[in-house]
Amino acid sequence: MFVISVIAFAIQDGLGDPLQEMVGMSVSQEEREVLRDELGLNDPVLVQYLRFAGNALQGDLGDSYFYSKPTLEVIAEHLPATLELVIGASLMIMLLSVPIGVYAAIRPQAWLSKFFMGVSTVGISIPVFLTAIVLIQIFSIGVTVAWFPADTGWGQWLNGALSTEGGLPSYGRGDDLTHLFGTWYSGFFTREGLMHLVLPCVSLASIMLPLFIRLVRAEMMEVLQSDYIRYARAKGLSAGRVNFLHALKNTMLPVITVGGVQIGIMVAYTILTETVFQWPGVGLMFLEAITRSDIPLIVAYLMVVGLIFVITNTLVDLVYGLVNPTVKLTGKKA
Amino acid sequence: MKKLLAALVGTLALASAPVALSAEATKELKMAYDADPVTLDIHEQLSGGILQLSHMSFDPLVRWTKDLEFEPRLAKSWERVDENTMRFKLREGVKFHSGNELTSDDVKFTYERLKKSQDFKAIFKPFSGFNIIDDYTFELVTSKPFPLLLNTATYLFPLDSEFYSGETEAGKKKDAILKHGNSFASDNLSGTGPFKVVSRQQGVRMEFERFADYWDEESPGNVKNVVLTPIKENNTRISALLSGGVDFVAPVPPTDLDRIRRDRNSELVTISGTRIILFHLNQNRVEAFKDPRVRQAVAYAINQEGIAAKIMKGFATPAAQLSPAGYQGHNESLEPRHDVKKAQELMKEAGYEDGFTITMMAPNNRYVNDDKIAQAAAAMLARINIKVDLKTLPKAQYWPAFDDRAGDMMLIGWHSDTEDSANFYEFLTFCTEADSGAGQYNAGNYCNPELDVLVAKASVETDLDKRAAMLQEVEQRLYDDAAFVPLHWQDLAWASKKNVKIEPVLNVMNFPYLGDLVIE
Repeated sequence: MFVISVIAFAIQDGLGDPLQEMVGMSVSQEEREVLRDELGLNDPVLVQYLRFAGNALQGDLGDSYFYSKPTLEVIAEHLPATLELVIGASLMIMLLSVPIGVYAAIRPQAWLSKFFMGVSTVGISIPVFLTAIVLIQIFSIGVTVAWFPADTGWGQWLNGALSTEGGLPSYGRGDDLTHLFGTWYSGFFTREGLMHLVLPCVSLASIMLPLFIRLVRAEMMEVLQSDYIRYARAKGLSAGRVNFLHALKNTMLPVITVGGVQIGIMVAYTILTETVFQWPGVGLMFLEAITRSDIPLIVAYLMVVGLIFVITNTLVDLVYGLVNPTVKLTGKKA
Repeated sequence: MKKLLAALVGTLALASAPVALSAEATKELKMAYDADPVTLDIHEQLSGGILQLSHMSFDPLVRWTKDLEFEPRLAKSWERVDENTMRFKLREGVKFHSGNELTSDDVKFTYERLKKSQDFKAIFKPFSGFNIIDDYTFELVTSKPFPLLLNTATYLFPLDSEFYSGETEAGKKKDAILKHGNSFASDNLSGTGPFKVVSRQQGVRMEFERFADYWDEESPGNVKNVVLTPIKENNTRISALLSGGVDFVAPVPPTDLDRIRRDRNSELVTISGTRIILFHLNQNRVEAFKDPRVRQAVAYAINQEGIAAKIMKGFATPAAQLSPAGYQGHNESLEPRHDVKKAQELMKEAGYEDGFTITMMAPNNRYVNDDKIAQAAAAMLARINIKVDLKTLPKAQYWPAFDDRAGDMMLIGWHSDTEDSANFYEFLTFCTEADSGAGQYNAGNYCNPELDVLVAKASVETDLDKRAAMLQEVEQRLYDDAAFVPLHWQDLAWASKKNVKIEPVLNVMNFPYLGDLVIE
């Protein structure tokens, strides 16, 4: 965390002058100087850092220039939106990648597996903002296809089948949010909230989903080759029991590890998704903070995201220990 | 002719107003701008977003019409008492959102607060005094004759003095203006305007509700609730309109104009804007730019019309001067010049046939297509053997570089806060003087004291015809001198659903008068 804070602080010089965003064009130099003094921007960087570090140790990461509020408060307001996005996308990934991956491993030759593998290769190579824009065009604006002759029955049918009505919301979280606690307003409990979640979650999931399908498939195939599975088969256990009880369990071990790390990365990926969907989460907030040179907010964001990484990785290690009894955490006797 | 037309339109509008009188506000407007107001304190920052808010929740003394004429708002009438004094009559029975009634005291309070505001005090500098005659009559006094008094009065949105006076529970002064940190005024608002602020989550959404006791009963507006969502990403903003998520969006980027024109349910409105985009040629950094012939050569080499047509996709009006049409200084005889042969000859004449190398700097996220404009200009200059080393920067880094005048050619866009030509000269072409702030953004270091004197004279000339002649002369001489290279005035664009009649409430200042908006 200390390293993050130093790096975050070191880059601030390259970010430009926060004052430009705070004052109009016709404000004179002297007045800018006065303001700069008030903000402490004229002190040497080291002095600024020490002041920041001193406050940070007491849990105070400074005030955002733009929001005029403590940065942690600003982040707390935006974090729930991001977490819901990540949770939604993770659920989607889990529910889809495991069945598809397992299926593709058990029946590698089936045309459906080949289809899934093909799609996932395409999916992994399309940047997320493109996915998002295409999704918006198809599902929220709607497209009218007129490629086929409309005067023939089949042409009309094809045109109709390929055109979409649109209608899914393309931005924001909607108006109907449920208040859970503190700054957490949730979109999980209303139809409108869920509708708003669909497109952003799909596009966020689209980056990780192919990766997980491939991971599950590869692991599963490897496990299926192992001796104990052959024994189990030889023992005459039913295919379902072998595949889903014995094999799947061991398949999931590396998947959990990677999954934990990827959730952290997903928080970072939300920056793109949130920008395209105007999702009021920390990613969008961070991007705007950069354009405004809102240094305290940038530093605080980096610290918080760093903290999330540390926490998820720790949790993953703990869970890993639970799932796989051969792994012992240090401090215990082997 | 134009005046006559305007007058005709004006009377027509008046005649049709009573028909709409009984309009009851029932409609909801969902709109998306690229940003939401940074604060509720309209004196904290002078920016487009804040002025848009001012026109929603406050009313000015007078406001601009579409044709850049003055329309009385909270000031019912005005007359010049002497050269330095203007007497205003205030509308009676106007209520603030808090229920307090508007009187001259509120205007005085606002005037004094503006004088203290860092961003606004420059605009209100010519004023020296404020006299209250009675509850509904007051005088604005200037130290010198001031032709732009009414222009400035468009910035005077009376605040509720009772609401903004005293101390908060925490013991902070309610009238304090704070650029950073929270003040009472940055979170609380009471104006006379058509919309009250209901809720606000900064950067996420803002809700307004029509003020039940709004004074202007002749306003045809029938919008009851407004939800403003800031959507910074251009594509997302346009998608939100096309998918029906919002009713009204601004700005519309040039790349999406056709998309909206093609859409059956949407309507596009464009207006030629007043923000000039130009290049400064720094004479202190480049010896050659001291020679007017070289500057003219640069002006001839750059093809304004090409840039406006190809890069801006017709979404800009090519410029040969600073003042857009409608401004007093606008000189109709000036045309954009483009003639590469002529440019080459001028270079030869000046002894720079073989050219030289310069640096060019431009922002890449401030103006529409700013970086592409700079690239095109650099390519055009290559034809007269000026090699350009181009650097584009995000605005947060660009402005400090601009303040240092760090490039040989620098791009800037300027909108005159007073909607008047003199403001352009004062900031962009005056001889730089750190103390008075003159020529603060003159990154060319062009200096012609004669012109500065002429502008100064115009600034105290209250005979508007004489004043216009003076300003047009300045424009002509800047053109002859090629003091800078003007490119174009950026157009403005808005888009809405077909049933939202935005066209009548839009204007070139980009303050939609949403109080008067009609939704069918």
